[in-house]
Amino acid sequence: MSATAGPAPTLRLRLAARGLDTVTLLVLPAALVILALFLYPFLYGLWLSFRPKDGSLLGNYGRFFSDPFLYDTIWTTMRLAVPVTVLNLLLALPVAFRVRLMRRQRLLTTILILPITLGTVLVAEGMLFYFGAQGWFSRTVMTLGLSSGPVKLTNSYTGVFLSLLITGFPFTFLLTLSYVTGIDSSLEQAAATLGAGPRSRFRHIFLPLLLPGLAITFCLSFVQAYSVFPSAVLVGEPARITRVISIAAYQAAFEEYDYSMASAIAMIMGFTQLAVVVAVLASRQLAYRGPAGGGKG
Amino acid sequence: MHSNPSLSTRLWATALWVAVGFFVLNLLALIGSVVVSSFGTRWLGTWLPAGFTTRWYAAAWQEFQLDDVLLVTFQVAFSVVILSGLLGVPAAYAMARREFPGKRALMLLFLLPLLVPPITYGIPMATVLYQTGLGGTMAGVILANLVPTVPFVILVMIPFVEQIDPRIEDAARVFGAGTFRLFVHVLTPLLLPGVLAALLLVLVRTIAMFELTFLTAGPTSQTLVVALYYSVFAAGVRAVQAVDAMAVIYMLATLVWLVIALRFVSPTQIVSRAKQQNAH
Repeated sequence: MSATAGPAPTLRLRLAARGLDTVTLLVLPAALVILALFLYPFLYGLWLSFRPKDGSLLGNYGRFFSDPFLYDTIWTTMRLAVPVTVLNLLLALPVAFRVRLMRRQRLLTTILILPITLGTVLVAEGMLFYFGAQGWFSRTVMTLGLSSGPVKLTNSYTGVFLSLLITGFPFTFLLTLSYVTGIDSSLEQAAATLGAGPRSRFRHIFLPLLLPGLAITFCLSFVQAYSVFPSAVLVGEPARITRVISIAAYQAAFEEYDYSMASAIAMIMGFTQLAVVVAVLASRQLAYRGPAGGGKG
Repeated sequence: MHSNPSLSTRLWATALWVAVGFFVLNLLALIGSVVVSSFGTRWLGTWLPAGFTTRWYAAAWQEFQLDDVLLVTFQVAFSVVILSGLLGVPAAYAMARREFPGKRALMLLFLLPLLVPPITYGIPMATVLYQTGLGGTMAGVILANLVPTVPFVILVMIPFVEQIDPRIEDAARVFGAGTFRLFVHVLTPLLLPGVLAALLLVLVRTIAMFELTFLTAGPTSQTLVVALYYSVFAAGVRAVQAVDAMAVIYMLATLVWLVIALRFVSPTQIVSRAKQQNAH
C-alpha cells in the first residue's frame, strides 16, 4: 500500500491528481486475476492455434476449412442459433410489452428465472423424459387426438431447438423487459394525448428507442445459443445433425488431446460469434441513439 | 389500464397470455416430471408411476457418491464466493470512486468474461490450467469459476457504491481513518446488503456453472452439475429414477440459494445487472 511513500510527497500528490492513489490500487488484484485467467489464456490459445502438430503456421485452420466434418459445424450451429434467437426475440418483445403494464410481475419473472438458474443440463435431463415417446407431452398430444402415434422430440434438431427455447426465452424476455421498463412512460402518454393509437405508438415511439437495447439483447442471446454444448449432446444427435462447433472443439481437446487444434476451433468459434455481433451492432448505428428518458433529462 | 380496449387489442392480449401460459405450463410439467419420476417405482406407458417410493434417493446417494460430490460442490462454491467477494468488492469501489487513465480499457476487460460464453474461453483456459498442473484439481476449478464471478461482483457492486454519499467517507478520513479502516468500519456495513445479494447470486451461478467446471474438473473435483451431466450422458448404466433423484437434489441445492437471493434482488436483475438500480 505504501509503495509510493518513498521518494517525496510531491510524486504521490501528482499521481493522486491523475486519479492514482491507494484506493485505485484496490482494482489491481481483480484485474490481475482476470488478466491471468482470461486474457492470457485467450492470447495463449491464439498463439497455440498457429502451432499445429504438422509444424506449419496455418495447418489447423487449413484442416478445419478443408474437412467438411469440421467446417460444417459452423453451419450446423448457425442453423440452430439464428432461428432460436430470432424466435425468442419475437416472442419476448410483445410479452414484455404486456407484462410491463402488470402490477405483479414478480411471480411470472420468478418462474421464468428457473430454467436460467437450473441450467441447460437439468433442462436437458428433464426434456429426455418429458418430450420422450413415453413422456407427458407425447401422452397429452395423443389424448387430444393431435397425433396417432407417440411423439418423440428428443435426440433430434427439434430437441436442441426446444432446449434453447426453454433456457433462451426467459433470458431474452427478462433482458427485453428491463429495456422496455426503462423507457419513460410519459413519452407514451404524450403520444397518446396527441392521438397516436397503440400501433403507431409502438412504431414511432417505442421501436426507435428500443432498437439499441434489442440489438444488444439479440447479441447476448445469440452468443448463448451459439455456444450450446450440454443439450446438443444430451437431447440432440451429437454425431450428425446437432454436431455443433463446441462439440468439435471439445473432441479435439479431450478426445484427441490436440490442444492446438482445439484452440484453433475455439478461436474460429469466437470469431464467428464476433462477426455476427459486430454485424448486428454496426446496423444499430443506423438506428436512433439518444436518451430514452423524458424531456427534463 | 385502458378504459375501453378494442376487440383486436383484447384478442392480441389473450393470444399472448395463452402463449405465455403454454410456455410456463410446459416448463413446470418438465420440472414436475423429473420430481415425480424420482419418487416412482416403475413408470412405463402410464400417466403416473405404478407406485411411489423414496428408495431412489438412497440409491443415488450411494451410487453417485453424492456426499463427496456435494462436499466438493459446496467447497468450490463457497471458495469462489469468498474469493470473488474479496477481489470484486474493493475493485468495484475503486472503479466507482476514481477516474484514472485506462479505466475504460479496464472496464472492457471486466465486461468481456461476461459477454464471451464460457465454452469459448474455457478451452484455452483449461489448456493453460492443465499445463500448469492445476487442471483436474479443485484449485483449478475454483480459479476457472472466478473468471465470470469476479467481473459479475464488480458490475453489480459499482452502482451500490455510487449511491453511498462520498461525504460519509470524507468524514471518516477527516477523523483519521485509512483505507483499510474505512472499509471495515464505514463501507462494509453500508455495502452489506449489496454484497450479500451479489454473493448469493455468485453462489447460485457457481453451483449451476456447467461448462467451466466440466472443462477443468478431474474425477475428484466434480461438482453436482457435472456429475449429473455424466450420469445422464451414460444413460442406461444406472436406473433413470436414480438419475432423476440426483437431479432433484441438484435442483434443491440451487433453488434454496435462489429463493434466499430473490429476497434481496428482483429476477430481472439477475439477467440484466443493476439496470433497475439506476431506474429509481
